[in-house]
Amino acid sequence: MSTTTLTAPKEQSCTLLASGHTACTGCGEALAAKLVLGAAGSDIIVTDATGCLEVFTTRFPQSSWEVPFIHSLFENSAAVASGVEVALKALGRQNEAKVIAQGGDGGTADIGLQALSGMLERGHDILYVCYDNEAYMNTGVQRSGLTPFDCMTTTSPCGELSWGNKHNKKDMPSIAAAHGIPYVATASVAFPKDIENKVKKALSITGPKYMQIHSPCPLGWRSNPQLTIKVAKLAVQTGLYPIFEMENGKVTKVRKVTTPKTPVEEYLKIQGRFAHLFKSPKGKEEIQKIQEIADRNVEKYGLA
Amino acid sequence: MRLDLGAIAKAGTSKANQTGSWRNYKPIFHQVKCIGCGLCKIYCPEGCVTMIEKKKYTVDYTYCKGCGICAEECSSSDIEMIVEEK
Repeated sequence: MSTTTLTAPKEQSCTLLASGHTACTGCGEALAAKLVLGAAGSDIIVTDATGCLEVFTTRFPQSSWEVPFIHSLFENSAAVASGVEVALKALGRQNEAKVIAQGGDGGTADIGLQALSGMLERGHDILYVCYDNEAYMNTGVQRSGLTPFDCMTTTSPCGELSWGNKHNKKDMPSIAAAHGIPYVATASVAFPKDIENKVKKALSITGPKYMQIHSPCPLGWRSNPQLTIKVAKLAVQTGLYPIFEMENGKVTKVRKVTTPKTPVEEYLKIQGRFAHLFKSPKGKEEIQKIQEIADRNVEKYGLA
Repeated sequence: MRLDLGAIAKAGTSKANQTGSWRNYKPIFHQVKCIGCGLCKIYCPEGCVTMIEKKKYTVDYTYCKGCGICAEECSSSDIEMIVEEK
């Protein structure tokens, strides 16, 4: 059998996600993917679910990936990665490359949930990274399971009878942790060093790992592209996006919120997707409900 | 019948897309007050900011889409966004 090189040449390791990808201006997901690849290094094989990341990096016949990359369908990123990992084992080449499966929030928490669950259950040695931009941005901002409460999307519009998304954000890290996997972490593009540490730590652990990275989408969140990092930072500082590490089901590390606490208004008011909450006096009650979500997170994970 | 399974693209070929043409605002790296923190390079979604030497960073206008994250996050306000006239 001929032996092909599985991984990218070492000298290209400056950025493994090449420039010229067609992500929107100020895209948080492009930044997150760049940081994950930078931390993981060139000895990896990545899979991706359908979504923004797949579309903007692989405009046929071009590709931005400097590492082996495979895309199949929306729902099966985790399943494809499982196949890659098993194939490497069968060939006795599992020491040559780590496998990273990727997906957006829709491809992870809704459409790809069963494939992900199967991957976690079977115990494959894979790091699954979910880039959480809180809606189906690629198809035009439809709500997903990870869309936050009262957020306006095209399928959860605001109006006289609606404040936007009626449901709470799905607690995906806990669902992943419930499979009894060794490592679960959340991160945010606002803290690149944290992403780097978590990716490196995850790849040093054998078994299935799940990581969820908060990645602002200026288009869908209707925020200024310039403020991508600021928005991401505020989500963490208000407690709306808890950053933590879970090892063997126990929370071992958290990023504390600022004291005195930042009110959620600071985070909401710079995004057009929450602008309807500031237009009428009744919106104040809704903002209070969002503040309660943040307070619950602070209490649950001990962020104060 | 011959089947080509999947569509295969060569690594890093997206560099042919000169996304700099999308730009409305242009970052100017003054290289005066720079303290060398490297945040512009780390936070650039395009990966087009590079370090020439210590405390001296530059941007590749071939790919820069002008998002302005570098200017916003620069810890010494050494990067300025100007309207680009074409």
